[in-house]
Amino acid sequence: MNEMEASQATVSGTVSIKNRQGLHARPADRFVRLALSFDASVTIVKDNQQVDGKSILNLLTLGAEQGTQLEIRTSGTDAEQALAALTALVNSGFDED
Amino acid sequence: MQTFRGIAVSPGVAIGEAFVLDQEGFRIPNRFVDRDAVEDELDRFRHSVEAVSAALNRNRQEVAEQLGEQYGAIFSAQLQMLCDPQLQNEIETHIRSRHYSPEYAVSRTLRRYAKVFQNLENKYMAERAHDVVDIERRLLQELLGRQREELSHLKSPVIVLAHNLTPSETANLDRNFVLGFVSELGGPGGHTAIVAEALELPAIVGTGPILSDVSGGDTLIVDGENGLVILDPDEETIQKYRQQAASRKTQRAEWQSLRELPAVTLDGTELEIKANIEFPREVEACLDRRAAGIGLYRTEFLYLGTEEDPTEEDHLNAYTDVIKAMDGRPVVIRTLDLGADKMGRGQSNQDEKNPFLGLRSIRLSLRNLPLFRTQLRAILRASVLGDVSLMFPLISTIQELRQAKLYLADIMEDLEEEGIPFDRDVKIGMMVEVPAVVLMMDRFVKEVDFISIGTNDLIQYSLAVDRSNRDVANLYDASHPAVIRMIKMTVDAAIKEGVPATLCGQMSANPIYTSLLLGLGLRSFSIPPGAIPEVKNACRLTEIGHCNEIAMKVLEMDNGQQVSDFLRLEYARLRNLTEQEEGNVSG
Repeated sequence: MNEMEASQATVSGTVSIKNRQGLHARPADRFVRLALSFDASVTIVKDNQQVDGKSILNLLTLGAEQGTQLEIRTSGTDAEQALAALTALVNSGFDED
Repeated sequence: MQTFRGIAVSPGVAIGEAFVLDQEGFRIPNRFVDRDAVEDELDRFRHSVEAVSAALNRNRQEVAEQLGEQYGAIFSAQLQMLCDPQLQNEIETHIRSRHYSPEYAVSRTLRRYAKVFQNLENKYMAERAHDVVDIERRLLQELLGRQREELSHLKSPVIVLAHNLTPSETANLDRNFVLGFVSELGGPGGHTAIVAEALELPAIVGTGPILSDVSGGDTLIVDGENGLVILDPDEETIQKYRQQAASRKTQRAEWQSLRELPAVTLDGTELEIKANIEFPREVEACLDRRAAGIGLYRTEFLYLGTEEDPTEEDHLNAYTDVIKAMDGRPVVIRTLDLGADKMGRGQSNQDEKNPFLGLRSIRLSLRNLPLFRTQLRAILRASVLGDVSLMFPLISTIQELRQAKLYLADIMEDLEEEGIPFDRDVKIGMMVEVPAVVLMMDRFVKEVDFISIGTNDLIQYSLAVDRSNRDVANLYDASHPAVIRMIKMTVDAAIKEGVPATLCGQMSANPIYTSLLLGLGLRSFSIPPGAIPEVKNACRLTEIGHCNEIAMKVLEMDNGQQVSDFLRLEYARLRNLTEQEEGNVSG
């Protein structure tokens, strides 16, 4: 795999929202701040909806409640690290409950 | 050219530039910007984001220090929203490609998000709409900061357009630069109407949606006679209205020459023309028009536009100014005449479905005795300063009147004990606005010193018409024979008991009714100061025998159209007769 291919690589994983209040403003804020720290682009998919994971407003339009399944797709040089970090954050329940 | 129809609430013609206040009272000046200005406008937008983000950061720090980090985080999420790359991108695209003004682009984009959030099923998440609306407000405040100030510091004459003008907005407008008013909501007797009349500016209310069609700076004509708002008028239309405005001006100058002459009919019957006011400063206009007194001093302004209830001193100061300025002429102060819905202080326990039939006016006062007491004490204290009377609005049962009077007597005793001077013989009157009271008038007149017929409400209650509802506003008709009969019954009962009666509704400000009302036995009107010259003129043209004939004929009629056609014709005839005579003398 050359460098070009590596930068194009897309990885994805599915997470489930654990905290009771769902993906509301504060968790979304933390999620976006973390996403922004990576070069990789971050896309969140819920059912048919697909939004930019670096946009808090778009993330909030998903209205993701406790138990909602979300697919995280990252793409770019640090895609793997981004996916791992974001998945861990969601699984931690955003340290909320 | 586009014409909108609304309800004409204050006569006159205005031609000028539109000044648009949006729903939150922000002025979205121009919705579009010049192609050349796009880069500057983008800069302006970015600066506003910087300023708001600095403010949010300050808020976050302050709150975090005082309440803890988790509360500060609320602002952190809002900051994240403000700096959202998608949002910035959308707004900048609107400005760059569509040439939207930053204000318009911000408002459109954020409102779209607010709407999406509002529709989320999870209530907690739907709440986020508030955060978005708050960001919009902050950005607009930043972008408009200076222009918003302009509302009170206008530099050129404008026609003010709003969804609904608030009392404080209207009170703060720079009157030297306002040509007229247009509002999407409102009806006759509403606040905009009252203020426009007081300022003697044309006004159209209840136009329905219009703000989305008009941009700041568009040319408008406000036709306050016919209730029309004309957007982008053609040259011919402008000319037509210019002529109208000019002839109106000439006529006003003519009426002004009547200033020092008495309001007396050709046969020497005197009519007392007093003035309706809301704000103390309107006294000037009353004095200028030689009003015989203040027949209706509305006191609602003391309660509106402030968070806290007015103190006794607030009342007293407002009354003192007016009474002193009127220098011995009578001043009739009406106690609070507001609906609980308008007070905005949670006095109402529920959302009223029919505010006009609900907790308002004297009903509200009698339910909020501390509030009522403050006002009554102030009126009593003011009573030693001049010829002061006190009037209760919206009386519908005799018990209400007795209860109010009893309460007043209690307060008199208190004042006496406290050694505070007041006029023990202060005259006490009531408004006649409810049909039930008209039917029982013979009983009511035995318990009051005077009555004042409020036709605005009397018509609405008699004809079951909400005059601010465009769909039925045409049924609101002062010429309806039932209204004329109501007035006659009231005046007859008052005359029989020797109780003075005044008519203080809009009806008496319209000169076509002057002869009829004199014929029904009325000798006292209270009208907006601006209408005094015209009504005085109508009075001086007629004679009482003729007025009686007019009244007899009208009482035979069976519909409002017939009545108003007849009265219009009679008034036109009177004016033509005079013009002819003048022509003969000079010729």
